[in-house]
Amino acid sequence: MDMMVLVQVLESTMRLATPLLFACLAGLISERAGVFDIGLEGKMLVAAFMAASIAFVSGNVWIGVVAAVGVSVLMSLMHGLASITFRGNQLISGVAINFLAAGITVVIAQNWFRQGGRTPSLSGNARMARIDLPFAEALRDVPVIGPIYHGILSGHALLVYVALLCVPLTWFMLFRTRFGLRLRAVGENPAAVDTAGVSVVGLRYAAVAICGVLCGLAGAYLSTGLSAGFVKDMTAGRGFIALAAMIFAKWRPWHALGAVFLFGLLEAVANRFQNIDILGVNLPVQAMQALPYILTVVILAGFVGKAIPPRAGGAAYVKEH
Amino acid sequence: MITAKTARARRSDPGMTQTSTDMMRQDTAASASYAIELRGISKAFGPVQANKDISIRVRRGTIHGIVGENGAGKSTLMSILYGFYRADSGEILINGHPTEIPDSLAAIRAGVGMVFQHFKLVENFTVLENVILGAEAGGLLRPSLAKARGLLKDLAREFELNVDPDALIENLSVGHQQRVEILKALYREADILILDEPTGVLTPSEADHLFRILRGLKEQGKTIILITHKLREIMDVTDEVSVMRRGEMVATRTTSETSPTELAELMVGRKVLLRVEKTPARPGEEVLRVDGLRLVDAQGVERLRSIGFELRAGEIVGIAGVAGNGQSELLEVLAGLRPAEGQAWMNGQPLPLSGRDCDAQARRARRIAHVPEDRHRRGLVLNFHAWENTALGYHHDPLYNPHSWKMDNAAIIRDTQAKMDAFDVRPPDPHLKASGFSGGNQQKLVLAREIEHAPDVLLVGQPTRGVDIGAIEFIHQRLIKLRDSGSAILLVSVELDEILSLSDRIIVMFDGKIMGERLPDQTNAQELGLMMAGMA
Amino acid sequence: MSKGRIPHWADVTLVPLTSVLLAFVISAILIWAIGESPWAAVKLMVEGAFGSSYGWGYTLFYATNFIFTGLAVAVAFQARLFNIGGEGQALLGGLGVALVCLYIPWPHWSLALIAASLGAAVFGAAWAFIPGYLQARRGSHIVITTIMFNFIAASLLGYFLVNVLRPQGAQDPSSPRFPAETALPKLHEILGVFGIPFSTVPPVNISLLVAVGMCFAVWFMLWRTRLGYQIRAFGESEPAAEYAGISPARITIYVMLISGALAGLMAVNSVMGEQQRLVLNAVEGAGFIGIAVALMGRNHPFGVFLAAMLFGFLYQGGAELALWTGIPRELIVVIQALVILFTGALDNMVRIPIARLFAMRGAR
Repeated sequence: MDMMVLVQVLESTMRLATPLLFACLAGLISERAGVFDIGLEGKMLVAAFMAASIAFVSGNVWIGVVAAVGVSVLMSLMHGLASITFRGNQLISGVAINFLAAGITVVIAQNWFRQGGRTPSLSGNARMARIDLPFAEALRDVPVIGPIYHGILSGHALLVYVALLCVPLTWFMLFRTRFGLRLRAVGENPAAVDTAGVSVVGLRYAAVAICGVLCGLAGAYLSTGLSAGFVKDMTAGRGFIALAAMIFAKWRPWHALGAVFLFGLLEAVANRFQNIDILGVNLPVQAMQALPYILTVVILAGFVGKAIPPRAGGAAYVKEH
Repeated sequence: MITAKTARARRSDPGMTQTSTDMMRQDTAASASYAIELRGISKAFGPVQANKDISIRVRRGTIHGIVGENGAGKSTLMSILYGFYRADSGEILINGHPTEIPDSLAAIRAGVGMVFQHFKLVENFTVLENVILGAEAGGLLRPSLAKARGLLKDLAREFELNVDPDALIENLSVGHQQRVEILKALYREADILILDEPTGVLTPSEADHLFRILRGLKEQGKTIILITHKLREIMDVTDEVSVMRRGEMVATRTTSETSPTELAELMVGRKVLLRVEKTPARPGEEVLRVDGLRLVDAQGVERLRSIGFELRAGEIVGIAGVAGNGQSELLEVLAGLRPAEGQAWMNGQPLPLSGRDCDAQARRARRIAHVPEDRHRRGLVLNFHAWENTALGYHHDPLYNPHSWKMDNAAIIRDTQAKMDAFDVRPPDPHLKASGFSGGNQQKLVLAREIEHAPDVLLVGQPTRGVDIGAIEFIHQRLIKLRDSGSAILLVSVELDEILSLSDRIIVMFDGKIMGERLPDQTNAQELGLMMAGMA
Repeated sequence: MSKGRIPHWADVTLVPLTSVLLAFVISAILIWAIGESPWAAVKLMVEGAFGSSYGWGYTLFYATNFIFTGLAVAVAFQARLFNIGGEGQALLGGLGVALVCLYIPWPHWSLALIAASLGAAVFGAAWAFIPGYLQARRGSHIVITTIMFNFIAASLLGYFLVNVLRPQGAQDPSSPRFPAETALPKLHEILGVFGIPFSTVPPVNISLLVAVGMCFAVWFMLWRTRLGYQIRAFGESEPAAEYAGISPARITIYVMLISGALAGLMAVNSVMGEQQRLVLNAVEGAGFIGIAVALMGRNHPFGVFLAAMLFGFLYQGGAELALWTGIPRELIVVIQALVILFTGALDNMVRIPIARLFAMRGAR
């Protein structure tokens, strides 16, 4: 692999990791508050559709992003209604949301655009513009720094940088603010929060809503940044990869950044090469695709450092003394 | 003990020794001298009336005890006061002002703090984080934590409430966790502190420390409500005591003017000593022998320490002890539900206490039956029909499986019908779900299942917990009958009465150890009580 | 929240029917919102699915798939295990069918059917065994592992089809066609024996009878055998199961083996009965529909059968709808999602008002 290829692969890793990062942090916040969310995929998908359609109709990608976030939060609240208010099974609710998204996006896309369940291609202001970081051009030919700064870091859509910024923000929110303390507490022992006079339901809805916002951004970037329009099932399992990354990161924001970059890199490599020789072993592309899932299973099984989810996760809160 | 004396001296003050009837006659204007006044509180859970028209007054600056049996409604009443449940009707006055307490926040604002029986702490948070949770000083944690650290230091000095503010809860002993709960309440500037069964999980020295803390708090003018079913604690530490029975408030007494006997009678509503008709035991061969039994739990705490005893055919051995001193664990180990270290023999043959052949099925194969302490969780599958529950644990019985893997449901139903008739289970309907029976009838279902298989050893935990009086007598008679037919019975009960009246020998456990053995006609409740407290 | 009691008959009929009705009403609103007539759509679907033996044939073909995957999810639910991995297990089952059909010469379809069923069941069970084992012995959450295993299965199958099974020179990632001897008798051939005419087009085949047989087998297993008793006891209460000497780990593994085998069997219908070769998307989401089917069927084999028929109708009707109107097939996915939502996640929303109704009636 020469330098050029490496830079290209890493540059595409940046882009591929972005939706994963948003979704991973979304799941992280929801699960830290004790609400399991396997519906990340579905929320991303509706958001991707909404962003592309509204951006196409309005010609302004940012109106699309707002719409995407709106519809994603709506889906989140539905999950909240089922799993917080009606104390239903959070996993089943997540499954339902994934199917709802898979179905309704195509039904509506067909009705609106009649292009077989896709939106028309986006161009101009309906797509996310690339942003050149300051001095990127000037540093272009500086050895080492040039390829990294100009080739890999610079020239992405705004949401890529927003995603990166979300990592320290999430960390700060969780571990340095009152809200974060309460949020983590409600995922560990909701009774402690309830008896301290704080609303368990309110906190969990807040977490679920934040999860919706982040999923909305993930989906919006997918259809207007990474691609130029919505295609049926375009999330293609990214919601589950994000879930895997979250477990891989053991529900910690900085580790999540590492996990999504690893998984993004795997995707970028798999996109670029069909087969890879590693130390004489021919690694088929399918192995690259399966690797994030295999790694997650290994981590879950506790063979390499056990992943322990928040203690009250997955269960609705019922008062008892 | 000096503080106890001064407290008692203060109680002789004439103003404090009004009878409860006098108190009730006082008009509302005087209410201001009461920290808490409840008027006509009622609360029902479905068909169960947990609290019936309860009125109580708690004087400011006193320790007020509330006693009652399990299920008498004490915890429900206090949960209402803390806004955890809402009363169906009734009125709450705090410091003379009618106060609505729709949620815990309102209770905290009204100056009420609560230490629940099961602590409400976040295990993987530090002490400091737990203390400020919900009462943070601002949006950011750092200043809140700094402020709490200082306050905590003062409180620790003042009330002997030392805990490392940076320790994780999961690394603290139960006694220290309880201190954190008290600190939480004090940090919220609670004037009224409710403690629900605070000593259930404490060692006696931890309990003594707790009482010192409570007396210190009283000196500072705080009002304390102590919920317990342990009369010794009531007599030790309270100024006044109210007795609850079956959801009703039956009496309020000044502690110095009452006696444990009177309170006990008020609690159960009958003469305490429940004599069971039985002939002297004729113990036969040794059936079960245990030696050097040791159990260490997942947290690394030693729950059972070198337990050794033997059990003979045709005798009932009672294990007395305060809840949480290893009796439950002993039952579970013998029933094959937990592996342990040590040796055991059943009918002379080694009985493995760990490894592959150590589960409930293997125990039943060795003719050890088990009536578990918690019939809702373990003894029954509540959503199963009565007949399905009859096969629970005996689903390998050839009677139910004539063709090895296939179950003969009709045979099980017939057998259930027979057992229901023999044990007078009502309604005698094998097709009713277990959840549809009353507590007493559920327990009869479990007993019928275990007794009718004529085990060599029957392990029984809390046989009459939550069971009505008629059923209690029936269950006791059945246990005696089983004994007389030659089975050995190991009885674990927190009801000392039950132990005294049923057992042929009594073993007292304390802190995972056997404190000693007594014969029921050569001992009394006082001696056993001392042993149970680890003082003999 | 006090749940309130609902009579058993209402619990198994009224509650799921209300949920389905809610799902249908919302779907009707959706159809109306995209400018089509819900009434016309229903008529078209019913006619398309039941108006001819052609329609019936497809309805039954789809239903066969859903019976298998529905039973798979239902058996796991009986032990309170949520097996989302039916999709992956069915994919692996397809691999088992393909290997049996391609590499062993079979003189007659009946022998091939038995062997392929075994192959499908063994492969499906093996794929479910790993998550089951990891849950039982290592405490990994079965929902997450089965989701991960769906993706791993897809990659594994992709590898097999591209690198191993694909005939030389072929473009599609798919296996060669199975030998003609392995072709299963279609329903029209079976009915023909009795002189009943039936459309020759639909792929519905003898697997339908296998599926119905499995409904009985699962019912028998759950309510008439010791294993079933242990599974149900474990599902209702783990502490009680332990008390009875039922090993939670062992039951978890057994249940997952059975569940995976049932999901794998689906491939007999789709791979051997219809396509006669293994392709990448052989399962087409049937593994997930099993979740809706099991939830609606209240985890009872008879309920699963009825729910599978309903979904068979929806799939065939939906295909007709897509053919003749502007409503895409994905509408069915929406209905499926709503059924899962109302019968699974929003169960209490449906249940509480019904319980109140009964409480009011009881009070009178």
